[in-house]
Amino acid sequence: MLNVVECAAAAVAPIKNGSTVMIGGFGVAGQPVELIDALIEEGATDLTVVNNNAGNGDVGLAKLISLGRVRKIICSFPRQADSHHFDAKYHAGEIELEAVPQGNLAERIRAAGAGIGAFFTPTGYGTPLAEGKEVRELGGKMQILELPITADFSLTKAVTADTAGNLVYRKTARNFGPIMAAAATHSIVQVSNVVQRGQLDPEVVVTPGIYVDTVVAIDSPAVGQA
Amino acid sequence: MTRMTRDRALSPEELAEVVAADIPAGAYVNLGIGQPTLVSNYLTPEDDVTLHTENGMLGMGAQAHGEEVDPDLINAGKIPVKETEGCSYFHHADSFAMMRGGHLDCCVLGAFQVDRNGNLANWHTGKPDAIPAVGGAMDLATGAKQTFVMMTLTAKNGQPKLVEECTMPLTGVGCVSRIYTDQAVFLIEGDGSVVVRETFGCDVEAVQELVPFALERA
Repeated sequence: MLNVVECAAAAVAPIKNGSTVMIGGFGVAGQPVELIDALIEEGATDLTVVNNNAGNGDVGLAKLISLGRVRKIICSFPRQADSHHFDAKYHAGEIELEAVPQGNLAERIRAAGAGIGAFFTPTGYGTPLAEGKEVRELGGKMQILELPITADFSLTKAVTADTAGNLVYRKTARNFGPIMAAAATHSIVQVSNVVQRGQLDPEVVVTPGIYVDTVVAIDSPAVGQA
Repeated sequence: MTRMTRDRALSPEELAEVVAADIPAGAYVNLGIGQPTLVSNYLTPEDDVTLHTENGMLGMGAQAHGEEVDPDLINAGKIPVKETEGCSYFHHADSFAMMRGGHLDCCVLGAFQVDRNGNLANWHTGKPDAIPAVGGAMDLATGAKQTFVMMTLTAKNGQPKLVEECTMPLTGVGCVSRIYTDQAVFLIEGDGSVVVRETFGCDVEAVQELVPFALERA
């Protein structure tokens, strides 16, 4: 059943030490800034974070990393011009990195939500990122075995939710939102507004409410760092 | 459009025009970050090419400026862009399924090294302290129907970039079909032979001196 809460702090309160947390967003688009800030305040540590990147600048995920709260990060593109907090922790040996090709990252998240036990893909075959993975020739192509990425929680952003938990996104801010909401045991979504059942056209719903556990309305969400 | 002369090595813009001319009308195309992005400047409405950006959009338009900037509308390089008529949005798994499922006609990528068998190295220099950051490069290289590489023929230090066998960590195996460089266009035949399709401002002998294996002539 959907839980509509009053504030971001209440939304992230169930996140415990040692949790695996998926965080949506690609660059500024779709970053759940207020939920990440609430997680920073909430204090859970020893986290495994799944995100496309490893934090930018000094706020949000970068701040969570700089505070030493992230034990491991699973992402496709950690190194960026302003990923200095991750870079420092990585070179100090204080954070574990699992680098994953972006399509494998997305498909592994999707697989978790869809109950797929594993899949073979040509992406990454013959590269250092396939080391130690099972290889098979299928359909005339060399392919590697990839496992789903599950999570205890997901923090994502959409534009509108109805009180049935159905979600609508905006432009490229959709990115990882739908698949992370489906993959996590407990999905937490920040939206700009919550409307009553029946107010969203069923034909335009992107994430059906079955995947959504907690929704919080943040009136004027901040724009994240690139 | 630049009026191109082919009697000297090409600038990145001129090379982008050569690549654009080879993209079939009506194609679905992904242009990698960096130099390949320039190709979009030479695609015309008559070409009817649809650009894909892996963060979840088909029909990506030009870069947005000033009041057009919308933080919810960016490309894979995290640059604000605009919509085109008929564009669409989708989530990340659908976006990569489009790529991995072989639906994209062509992608254009940069490269550190490409070898005679079409192996591509473009994500990691192999330095032991480098942080591995791959993004969508492996999916693009392996998933598109055709992978074109756009690069200079030699590195800044003069080392060849078209090589016998890649020494840097691979992005994809046997995935590159064509290489566009400032000095020549190469076709990778798949049997280890590489054909020089055309040269810019030099002859095949001069190009051969910069490539450490025997090239075939068109």
